[in-house]
Amino acid sequence: MLKQVQHDNIKSVKSAISAGHKKMTIQEALFQYTLRLGDTNLILSQRISEWTGHGPFLEEDLALTNIALDITGAAKSFLEYAAGIENKGRSADDLAYFRNDRQFYNAQITELPNGDYARTIVRQAMIDCFDFYFYTELAKSKDETLAGIAQKSIKEVTYHLRHTSSWVERFGDGTEESHNKAQTAVNELWQYTGELFEMNEVDEILIKEGIAIDLNGVKTKWGNHMAGLLEKSTLIKPENGYMQTGSRKAIHTEHLAFILAEMQALPRMYPDAKW
Amino acid sequence: MKTKEHILSLLSEIPDPEIPVISIIELGVIREIDIIDDKSIALKITPTYSGCPAMKQIEDDVKKKLSENGFTSITLNTIFSPPWTTDWITEEAKEKLRKYGIAPPEHSTEDKNWLTGKHSVVKCPRCKSENTKLISQFGSTACKALYQCQECLEPFDYFKCI
Repeated sequence: MLKQVQHDNIKSVKSAISAGHKKMTIQEALFQYTLRLGDTNLILSQRISEWTGHGPFLEEDLALTNIALDITGAAKSFLEYAAGIENKGRSADDLAYFRNDRQFYNAQITELPNGDYARTIVRQAMIDCFDFYFYTELAKSKDETLAGIAQKSIKEVTYHLRHTSSWVERFGDGTEESHNKAQTAVNELWQYTGELFEMNEVDEILIKEGIAIDLNGVKTKWGNHMAGLLEKSTLIKPENGYMQTGSRKAIHTEHLAFILAEMQALPRMYPDAKW
Repeated sequence: MKTKEHILSLLSEIPDPEIPVISIIELGVIREIDIIDDKSIALKITPTYSGCPAMKQIEDDVKKKLSENGFTSITLNTIFSPPWTTDWITEEAKEKLRKYGIAPPEHSTEDKNWLTGKHSVVKCPRCKSENTKLISQFGSTACKALYQCQECLEPFDYFKCI
């Protein structure tokens, strides 16, 4: 019995390895790409939603909750599209609630704990800025659905970026304490920004098709914008040193599994639950 | 067979779930109506905001209204392009918003002045004063910002231009 199991295991590992060498189809690449976008939005929205009811004051609580809601909406759009591309009977909810941490492709920066408000806002401004330039390019994609979601999201992200930038400025150019908190956040988060611009086989295949975006262009625009914002906020832009990596291979920090445990608890406990 | 005008008037009876003074037709979220036969219809619908929780309610209301009127096969497809804009809200609907106490979108989204920090004047929907102040970019729903009138001191919602 045990021998048979071992034999089967070896067989499945062998077939997995040979499958790994097989070139990815456009459909598989598009699924991976859309899943990556869906996961990044989903985990970020889940993370910043933790502030709901705990914001520093009412208007800011509303603002961050609204931003989280827009991002949840983008996650829903991407994951519904991903589920359709995969076409294996999984819904957007199945993708969100019934995968484990090693099956998520969100950028690691989105799963990091919120920390203090300066850290939450600095991260949000970094991602809003990325999204602004990324969606501007994705809106020109040959894939009509991705282009449509991007056109929709860019309107919302423009508001987000304006809001979070104004706070980075106030924190940076505010009191000594707020300045130090914002600078610490910038310093600690910077190493997670490299991952946003990583490209792999998925990007390579889809860039050729005019579907995906060459992230090198976005990287330059993002870098210039962030440099300007940080300077205006009297904050120092860190050097591009060591960058964290892993999410394109579904490797994460220890924080993701805890988010999933909370986010997925109800549907996993009651798989038939409807809402 | 029912005409498009007939369907439009049916759907005009459905109020926006969060701003009940305007209909979903006036809001501009129904983008295409395709009457296949007496029993079948397909609609294209676009969200105001990606995460707007009212969209599910709107879809349910549309299905209910159409099934009450003899349709047994109702297909609703969500489209994202062209993205919804406040420019699609009719002048008549803007007046209804104002009477309801919500300041309607003041300018066309073609006007990019606000990007450079120049805000157009948002008039108080109660006393019409132009002396108003932005309290929060984000309000009680995704589509609104919060203002306060400096004359009559009334806090009010402003329908953001997107």
